[in-house]
Amino acid sequence: MNVLRHATLAVGLGLLVALPFVTPPYFMHLLIQILLWGFIYTAWSMMGRFGFVSLGHGAFMGVGAYVPALLWNYYDVTPWIGIPLGVVLSVLLALIIGYPCFRLKVIGHYFALVTLALSQVVMLSVVAARNVTGGSLGFTPKAAGHSWYALQFPEKSYFYGISLVLWLGGLVIWWVIDRGIGREALDAISEDEEAAAAIGINVMREKLRVTVISAALTALGGAILGQYLMYLNPETVSGIAVSLQIVFAAIVGGMYTMLGPTVGALLTISLNEGLRVGFATNFIGAANTIYGILLILCIIFMPRGIVGVLERLRVRRQPPKAE
Amino acid sequence: MDIYLLEAIINGILLGGVLALLALGLNLIFGVIDVVWIAYADIVMCGMYLLFWLYVGLDWPLPLACLAAIGFVALLGVLVHLLIIEPILGSAPINQLLATGGLLFFLQSFATLLFGTEFRNIGVRLPIIELGDIYISYARLLAFAIALIGAVALYFFLKRTFIGTAIRAIAQDRDIVGLMGVDQRRIYLVTSAIGGALAGLAACLLSLQYDVHPFIGNTFGPLIFMICVLGGLGDMIGGFIAAFVISQIISIGGYYSNTELSYVLAFTFFIVLMFVRPRGILVR
Repeated sequence: MNVLRHATLAVGLGLLVALPFVTPPYFMHLLIQILLWGFIYTAWSMMGRFGFVSLGHGAFMGVGAYVPALLWNYYDVTPWIGIPLGVVLSVLLALIIGYPCFRLKVIGHYFALVTLALSQVVMLSVVAARNVTGGSLGFTPKAAGHSWYALQFPEKSYFYGISLVLWLGGLVIWWVIDRGIGREALDAISEDEEAAAAIGINVMREKLRVTVISAALTALGGAILGQYLMYLNPETVSGIAVSLQIVFAAIVGGMYTMLGPTVGALLTISLNEGLRVGFATNFIGAANTIYGILLILCIIFMPRGIVGVLERLRVRRQPPKAE
Repeated sequence: MDIYLLEAIINGILLGGVLALLALGLNLIFGVIDVVWIAYADIVMCGMYLLFWLYVGLDWPLPLACLAAIGFVALLGVLVHLLIIEPILGSAPINQLLATGGLLFFLQSFATLLFGTEFRNIGVRLPIIELGDIYISYARLLAFAIALIGAVALYFFLKRTFIGTAIRAIAQDRDIVGLMGVDQRRIYLVTSAIGGALAGLAACLLSLQYDVHPFIGNTFGPLIFMICVLGGLGDMIGGFIAAFVISQIISIGGYYSNTELSYVLAFTFFIVLMFVRPRGILVR
């Protein structure tokens, strides 16, 4: 069994690495987006699976994407410095919001609404500072051709490699959290905070840690997405729409499993592209109409998501272990 | 005092009326059913589109079209409860919030599919009132007055009728009320219908001032949640006051800087106040 698993893993990885040599650029573009969004969705579900439903990840993504781009355009600072700076700022933002929230026990839909306000603050600030950020018209980083210094590559294979590494890194972090002792603590906290505190769990530390990790990875994902697309728009990297998009893709895919959020990304992006190609522009909104219905059904009938359901089916087929 | 500042304050008060109406509807649903309809502003959008379609497309008289829009949105409220909320009434509240979030996606994109992304206006131009040097839009004044009447009517409905009393009782203790012979399901449906009707009324009032487009909900939605939470979810009077506080921040902030920054200010104010008074502004 274990050998089989390792073999599948090796073959899967081999296929993913080999893909850029055989795929046309259009599919490459889709794959990069799936990997990057999959990474961001995975980052979100690190919090979401423990019941901290944040609608503020658009804020972290926005800060992560805009800071390196602005520094690059106005001060010629390389993204190699700009991206870490953006990530640090996002983490600070997460701490500023997270600490009082956790201290005052702002949970459930109150937490969701406070974080929603945060993502609106970032989005509207970007729009308000239109002299610097271009406002709703968006922002284009200065092009530098093929350059490691500027982290810009016209050939898609480079970004494919970067996204693949990022995505794998995200999965590893997810796995480490899943296997670590902190996970038991977080599970206990999501069941009952007072009881968790009573048995000696440092509720604040556990919650802040997972929040900081989640925010940092989301900011990183946003930054790389911005570098790849070479175009930032406040509506597409921050604000309520992106925050909800992140939450829903993670839920549809299944936020309790490692590959769930990635499956969510795969599903939503291919649905979008399929309908776009199939119906062209006279059918604007079709993808999201179907997506919306899918979401409602998903939350009502399978809150554990697609991968969650598949996993449960597999477990059920196996005979129960003898005591 | 600066005349433009005075005008900003008055406009803020007038804007507060419509926001208060919306916050009342959302608050009612939250207090009674314990659900946050994240798609509430998008249900308002549906009402605005129906009104546009009936009045401009089918040439119905305006009052009739308004009544139809209110009825339609009330029905929509009932449907939302029956189809989305009821199946998951027992699960975690956050799931219900997210399910209505799915509805938000659906309504926005369905409206895009049907009507496209153009801005549409019902084209009713009401006069502007001049009071000395201050200009007040008649549409806003009308919206404010009707919103206030709606709020008062709701207050008397909740205080004076049997079903209103039952609604208030269920908000206080949902388990005991069943023992008193109140049909919980019926109360939920009535509440959803009233919440929907208030959204429909707000849709008619907003149509006089704003163009309708599929994403108009994103402009109002977050504001309404902020107002509800600020007032204390379920607390009608708190929500009413919060609506005016927020609309003043937006209006006066807009006077001193620009619209976006005034919204940033309002949201920041909300976040800070959440930490200072997490249970609402009126709770000591």
